[in-house]
Amino acid sequence: MPNNKLTVVETSPAGKTAKIIFEQPDRDVLLIILDGTWTVGAPLPLADEVEKQMAASRAVRRIQFKTDGISNWDSALLTFLIKVADGCSKNDIAFEKDGLPEGVARLIALATAVPERKGARKDTVREPFLSRVGSAAIRWRHSIDETLAFIGEAAIAFIKFLTGRASFRRQDLSLFIQQCGADALPIVTLISLLVGLILAFVGAVQLMMFGAQLYVANLVGISMVRVMGAVMAGIVMAGRTGAAFAAQLGTMQVNEEIDALKTMGISPMEFLVLPRMLALVLMMPLLCIYADLMGVLGGLIVGVGMLDIGLIQYVHQTRAALNLSFFLIGIIQAGIFGVLVALAGCLRGMQCGRSASAVGQATTTAVVTSIVAIIVATGIITVVCNMLGI
Amino acid sequence: MRLAHNFIIGQMPETQPHIIVKDLTMAFGTFVVQRDLTFTINRSDIFIIMGGSGCGKSTLMRHMIGLIAPVKGQIFYDDVNFWEAEPDQRDRIIRKVGILYQSGALWSSMTLAENIALPLQQYTDLKPDQVRELVTLKLALVGLAGFDDYYPSEISGGMQKRAGLARAMAMDPEILFFDEPSAGLDPISARLLDDLILELRESLGSTVVIVTHELASIFAIGNNSVFLDADAKTMIAQGDPNKLLAESTNPLVHKFLTRGEG
Repeated sequence: MPNNKLTVVETSPAGKTAKIIFEQPDRDVLLIILDGTWTVGAPLPLADEVEKQMAASRAVRRIQFKTDGISNWDSALLTFLIKVADGCSKNDIAFEKDGLPEGVARLIALATAVPERKGARKDTVREPFLSRVGSAAIRWRHSIDETLAFIGEAAIAFIKFLTGRASFRRQDLSLFIQQCGADALPIVTLISLLVGLILAFVGAVQLMMFGAQLYVANLVGISMVRVMGAVMAGIVMAGRTGAAFAAQLGTMQVNEEIDALKTMGISPMEFLVLPRMLALVLMMPLLCIYADLMGVLGGLIVGVGMLDIGLIQYVHQTRAALNLSFFLIGIIQAGIFGVLVALAGCLRGMQCGRSASAVGQATTTAVVTSIVAIIVATGIITVVCNMLGI
Repeated sequence: MRLAHNFIIGQMPETQPHIIVKDLTMAFGTFVVQRDLTFTINRSDIFIIMGGSGCGKSTLMRHMIGLIAPVKGQIFYDDVNFWEAEPDQRDRIIRKVGILYQSGALWSSMTLAENIALPLQQYTDLKPDQVRELVTLKLALVGLAGFDDYYPSEISGGMQKRAGLARAMAMDPEILFFDEPSAGLDPISARLLDDLILELRESLGSTVVIVTHELASIFAIGNNSVFLDADAKTMIAQGDPNKLLAESTNPLVHKFLTRGEG
């Protein structure tokens, strides 16, 4: 039935909107006449209409186009035509591009020039529960291996440093010492002073019931010097310096700077990790002593200012309460925290993936790891000291 | 009859100006990068911004796409003075511009499909499956069919460039800016990218502005250009690069275009 108008699919009555007219000039030819505006966001007919038309007349073997009526087109027309072309190739129907606007025909050729690479598309297969548990356990094992390997490498780098064979830049070390030491003083001052104040307040309320306000000095002094000074300094450094180490090393990983070091035969462990660890391990005990002082000062402010304890009396009471082993416990703890924070920060930085979000993740896990490590270590040290009766 | 569509509105003469740069001076503080730049980019041009390293090519592009305000001078898009326009008018202009950054600048926490879909979701009210169709089309156009769910870090540098191009084309822009499109690509990939740019320009009729010092690309696809010089701190030549090669009497331009051999 030549030139027989079959169907008109229109999306809206207005003259400029997109519409399809189907004609069958020959038994085996389907002529698709496209008309109107074919742009993204405009109302468009669906490619299904063509499929329906193809299904309706089984005899159709070729599809032709007439597009003189198209006033405007963009990607919307292309997506429509590519879907039609897909339908054609599925049903073994020839898709004849001659009638299409020149640019459209070329773009379709371009879009279909590179076939989809086999296996490129990712399948989202949902793993069964047990296999997920299993792979999580295996990953956990691997991460322990990695951590142990990292600690081992760090230890080797430290031994090399002791024998004077480690290669790193001295000015890096002094820069990190400044960053972990002097630059951290303001925040350590604030935090320890407040912790001292808080301890004194909370203690005073209880001790006043027995008229034993004076023992606020013992309470603040012992808790700051033995534990809280080191813990507070450790947590501040985890948030401040540990995070900075992870972010620095992570960004270097993204920029291939660490690869560049490796290929030049410079060990990133010695060049990057070692100075950071040394700086933090050296500075943490000093920060701890400073935090102890600030905490005691906070207690003193409450004691003298609010509990009517004399200045000299408070100082005497504090000195009587403390002995050298308390100080040593605190300082050794701080040194251990320094190692833990530096290890966690550098480890997460070196493990970092190669993207911006990976750097963020490395920083987060560095802080979480170091704070968990600090708390667990404090627990263990306290129990051990208790057993030894120190 | 030439088909009038979205990109070539009506029957325009070939030399309709699209972007005009007038007396532009670019500076950081008191350090002047380039001064007195005046040139016109016509519709459907492939316009090359060329010059040696560090002469301010990329800086010029950053001025043109609204990232840095000029110290002096104007940039016109059609008849609109870009830097004196209202903020929302500026947004409208920039939305019609697609940009391929030097290193692709794909958002690393998003898959390729999400990268391309973001502008569509922001600026159109298309349904999710329509957005997906457009994303599939753009990826197919740059030869990355099926890579929808990959993260930028999982594909090669050349593929990242092409994915960046797909993202630049997401909104069917009237103007495409390319910053060093072939930098870091092997010659064959660079050639394919050039062909792709040419093909897209031919089919879509977009205006293309390319910052490059890749001679092969300059001669193969450019039909107009401006040559910036770092010492003179201004443009020392403009026009069709092939004509410049044949006719320019300026020794600097000639040396650049012949790789210092002429």
